[in-house]
Amino acid sequence: MTAKKTAFNDIHASLGGKLVEFAGFEMPVQYSGIIQEHLAVRTRVGVFDVSHMGEFEVRGNDALSFLQRMTINDVSKLTEGRAQYSALCYEDGGIVDDLLVYHCGSSFMLVVNASNIQKDFEWLRAHVKGGVELSDVSDAISLLAIQGPHSLGTLQKLTAINLKSIEYYHHVREKLAGVEMLISRTGYTGEVGFELYFEAKGHLARTVWSAVFDAGKEFGILPVGLGARDTLRLEMGYCLYGNDIDQTTNPLEAGLGWITKLNKGDFVGRDALVKVKEQGVRRKLMGFTLAEKAVARYGYPLSIDGSEIGHVTSGTFSPSLEQAIGMGYVAVEHAQVGGTVTVGIRGKQVPASLVRVPFVHKS
Amino acid sequence: MNFPENLKYTKDHEWIRVEGGTGWIGITDYAQGELGDVVYVELPSAGAKLQQGKSFGTIEAVKAVSDLYAPIGGEVVEVNGDIQNTPDLVNKDPYGRGWMVKVRIADPAEIATLLDVEAYKKLVAK
Repeated sequence: MTAKKTAFNDIHASLGGKLVEFAGFEMPVQYSGIIQEHLAVRTRVGVFDVSHMGEFEVRGNDALSFLQRMTINDVSKLTEGRAQYSALCYEDGGIVDDLLVYHCGSSFMLVVNASNIQKDFEWLRAHVKGGVELSDVSDAISLLAIQGPHSLGTLQKLTAINLKSIEYYHHVREKLAGVEMLISRTGYTGEVGFELYFEAKGHLARTVWSAVFDAGKEFGILPVGLGARDTLRLEMGYCLYGNDIDQTTNPLEAGLGWITKLNKGDFVGRDALVKVKEQGVRRKLMGFTLAEKAVARYGYPLSIDGSEIGHVTSGTFSPSLEQAIGMGYVAVEHAQVGGTVTVGIRGKQVPASLVRVPFVHKS
Repeated sequence: MNFPENLKYTKDHEWIRVEGGTGWIGITDYAQGELGDVVYVELPSAGAKLQQGKSFGTIEAVKAVSDLYAPIGGEVVEVNGDIQNTPDLVNKDPYGRGWMVKVRIADPAEIATLLDVEAYKKLVAK
């Protein structure tokens, strides 16, 4: 199967983006370099094409009760114009996917991981009951993330709406660069930022991209690839599905208790999660840093007192801290901030200090 | 991409510049481009013996880690300390200030087994 292309594909190629296959899409992993792109987002502004993400539309009289049953956060708390971070769980409490739920008035939009689009859609479809219309609109939507301290100054030039009035995890439907879109104050970087959802058409992609880059020029705006997207999210301790969370991990041990609303009424996975809560989690997802000049990477073994306790679920070099950071599951009795584990790096046992996430603190 | 003609190359993307019985070793422009931002380079100390084709160190980039393979056998006589503190020299100047080790070549006959610039260009073009 050949990789799918987003509406920005030609732009990435013309900018010298290094294109790789990711979740069935040809996506830029980097343009000028991961560190430079990462620091642009932390100090200025950067633009990510994340059109590979999946979007589902949920409509109908029973849409709310359906989502209340399928997701772990409390959808009844969502009002029009708000978004919510949530997850889908299996009956045993394992995670199907993490996602965003947008309340768009007469419908809801779910934003899911690109690698899980088909799995999630089938999972949801199999649970549809009553008046629910579920559709996969992933291929019809372009998604650009504009992130960084100057994201607001950049985008404000292109729209009539006062962007400051959009609170975190809120969204509006407005024109930006003359293009009708959903402007959402969300992101995966920890910085002030916006995500723009609009119709996946080549000419609209070019219009929005060039308007954003013209507006951001004075701030030193840069295109940012998936490489820096990963280092930015890991500095914030955000989970990545397939690494830090999957069907074998539950949200409580993954540090996602804050979105797990066990008292909202019944939902898929609730019984199992109530049991986990009562008995207490056996392990916790913890952050760690390395003092040595080495990088812990996904899959490297983690041990305590010589016995293997798990593996690194995410690991990289942090461009902001200039040291290696990572995450992994640690048995609760050892999951103490300030504690030490060792990471097996090519046969060498390298000490790692357990730390609180986020690794990088943003105001 | 830059391919200096006065160097010999390996299929693992190292280069060696030979002057008399001495060789300077590093990674190619292609290799640094594929690796991306280099953050750490782990090298042997002076006095260490390299064996042709065997790993003599590792290079950590943000995204990936890669072994370094010796283009030639010999004794390390000098290690580039600058790249320990400024590893992005490997990205910025892979054939110059980003060199890694200087070796006293054990067997000059091994040089003939390396790729010349044309052969290396062909390898990279594949």
